[in-house]
Amino acid sequence: MTTSTNGPAPTRGGRRTTPLSDDITTAPTTDAVRTRKRRRTNLRQNVAGWLFVGPFGIIFLALLVLPIGYALYLSLFQKSLILGTKFVFLGNYLKVFGDPSFISGVWFVVRFSLVLIPVQMAISLAIALILDTVTSKFARFSRLMIFLPYAIPTVIGALMWGFLYSKNFGPIADIFGAFGAAGPDFLSSNLIFSGLLNVVTWQWAGYYMIILYAALQGIDPSLYEAARIDGASQWQIIYRIKIRLLAPALVLILVFALIGTLQFFNEPKILQQLAAGAIPDDFTPNMYAYQQAFTLANSNYSSTISFALGAVVFICVYIFMFATRKRGNFLS
Amino acid sequence: MSATDIERRRARRTPRHIPLHIVLALLVIYFLIPFWWVIVNSSKDSAGLFGGTNALWFASDINYIENLKQLFTYNGGLYARWLANSALYAFAGGIGATVLAVLAGYGFAKYSFVGRRVGFSILLGAVMVPATALVIPTFILFSQVGLTDTIWSVILPTLLNPFGVFLVNLYARDAVPDELLDAARVDGAGEFRTFVKVALPLMRPVIVTVLLLSVVSSWNNYFLPLAMLVDNRLFPVTVGIGLWQSTASTYGAAGTNLWSIIILGSLVSIIPLIIAFLSLQRYWRGGLTVGALK
Repeated sequence: MTTSTNGPAPTRGGRRTTPLSDDITTAPTTDAVRTRKRRRTNLRQNVAGWLFVGPFGIIFLALLVLPIGYALYLSLFQKSLILGTKFVFLGNYLKVFGDPSFISGVWFVVRFSLVLIPVQMAISLAIALILDTVTSKFARFSRLMIFLPYAIPTVIGALMWGFLYSKNFGPIADIFGAFGAAGPDFLSSNLIFSGLLNVVTWQWAGYYMIILYAALQGIDPSLYEAARIDGASQWQIIYRIKIRLLAPALVLILVFALIGTLQFFNEPKILQQLAAGAIPDDFTPNMYAYQQAFTLANSNYSSTISFALGAVVFICVYIFMFATRKRGNFLS
Repeated sequence: MSATDIERRRARRTPRHIPLHIVLALLVIYFLIPFWWVIVNSSKDSAGLFGGTNALWFASDINYIENLKQLFTYNGGLYARWLANSALYAFAGGIGATVLAVLAGYGFAKYSFVGRRVGFSILLGAVMVPATALVIPTFILFSQVGLTDTIWSVILPTLLNPFGVFLVNLYARDAVPDELLDAARVDGAGEFRTFVKVALPLMRPVIVTVLLLSVVSSWNNYFLPLAMLVDNRLFPVTVGIGLWQSTASTYGAAGTNLWSIIILGSLVSIIPLIIAFLSLQRYWRGGLTVGALK
C-alpha cells in the first residue's frame, strides 16, 4: 500500500545507533562455543518472550477461549423441567434455524447492513473527499465536529436521537406543525428502520471519514499533478486515483462495519421503551439472545443463538470478502 | 520548511470552494444538532420541556442549577455514584488492558519464541471478534462461578483488548530498534530493565493511544454491565441513564419529572469524554488510522 498515516511516526532513533556486528564479537570463539551461546540466547528469547506475552495470554484464555468453549458446550444440551438436562447434540441448532424469532432478527440485521453500510460509506467517503480538497480553518473545525459523535457512548447517542424523534419534546413536530403538517414519527414501526439508520450513521460516519481522510492524505500529490498534465478532470482524479487507492482501506472498514452491524444491540435496546411497540424483544439476534438469557434464564438456547449468529456473521463476511476480491480486481 | 508552511501555501493557492463550505456547514449542523438539543433542553424544567413551543431554543427561565441539584440528589445521590463507578471501571479496566497490551505487543514484536507465529495469528483472528459477541458467553460463565453482579464482572472482561496488542506490536516493530536493545543487553541490563528503560520511552505515543481508546471504550460500554449487574449501586452511568429512561417511558405522565434529569444526566456524562476528545485528538487519530491501514 502506498499510504502513510497521520499516526505515530515509525522511524525514531533507528539510525543513531551503530549496529553491533556479530562477527566482531564472536569471531575469535570456536564453533562449539558459538552454538552454546546461540542456544542460550534462544532460551532467553523463549523465556522472556513468554513472560511478556503470558499475562495477556492468560486473560485471553480465561475471557475469550473459555467463555466461547463453555457456551459451545452448553449449546449442545437442552434443559427442561421434566427431563432435566440432556445432550441433544445439534438439536438446538436445528431449532434455532427454524425459529421465526431468530430468522426475523437475522433478516432484519442483514437488511439493515445492506442499506446502512453503502449509505454510511458513501457519506463518509464524500466528506473525506471534500476535506481532502478544502483546506481552510473551517474545514479543520468541521472535521473535528463530524468526528465528535464517535466519542459519545452509543447509548447516549441513541438517547439523544430518541429525544429529537420524540413527539413530546422533539423539534420535528414543531417544525412540521408550523406548516400545518404532521411530522414523520421515526419511533413508529413503519419508520423505525430509518430512525435507527440515522442514529448509526450519525454515530459512525465521522469515524470512517477520519480513516479514509488519513488514507487520502497519504497519497502522493505528484500523482494528481501527473494526471492533470495528462488532461484528467477533477472527477477523473477522484474516481481513477483517489477511490482506487482507497479501495483496500474501504474493504477493511466495510468488514468491520458488517461485523458490528450484525451484532446490533445497544441502539434498539435503548429506543425500545421510547418506541413503544415498534421494537420487540426479538428485534435483533443479540436482543433475542439477551431475552433468552435474562428474561427466560435459558442459557443453553441463548448460547445457541450466540453461536448461530457467529456462524451467520462468518458466512456474511466470507461472501463479502469473496465479492470484493473480484471487485478489487475489477477496480485495480 | 515545516509541514504547516506547506499546508498554508497550499491553502493560499487553492480556490475558496464556496459550495463545498456550504455543504460542510450543513454537515456540521447535522452532526451537532443532538448536542445542541441536549444543551438547550437540560436548562428546562418539565413544564418548559413538555409545554414549550420551541424545542431547539431556551425557555424563558434557565434552570441549570435547579436541575443539577435534582440530578445529584435524586434517589439519594445515585447519579454521582454511577459517575464514580464509570470512572472506576474505565480506569481500572483501561489501565489494566493497556499494561497487558503493551507487554504482549512488545513481546510479539521483539522476541522470537516458540509459538509466536501461531499466537499472533490467533490474535489477529480475535481482533475480528466484537466485544458484543462475547458478552452472553462471558455472562453465562461468570454466573457459574458467582462472579456476576460484582465490580469484577465488568472490569475483568474489559482487560481483553486484542486490538491494543496489535497496535502496540505494529508500532514497536518500527519504533524500537533491535540494535538499541542489543546495546542495552551488552551493557548488562536484564530483559525487563531493557524494556522499562529503553523500549517504554520510545513507545510512549502508542501507549497513550491504547490507554485512551481502552478507557473510552470501557466508559462507553453498555451491553456488558447491563448483562452482568443487577444491583443499581454498581451501575456505570450508561446503564443507569438507560434504566431511568426506561422507567420514565414506562410510567408515561408520572415519569415526566424524570425527563429533565435524564437529559441533564446525559449531558453531564459526556462532558468528560468531550474534554478528552478535544484535548487528545492527536492520539485518537493516531490509533484509529494506523489500525485501519496497515
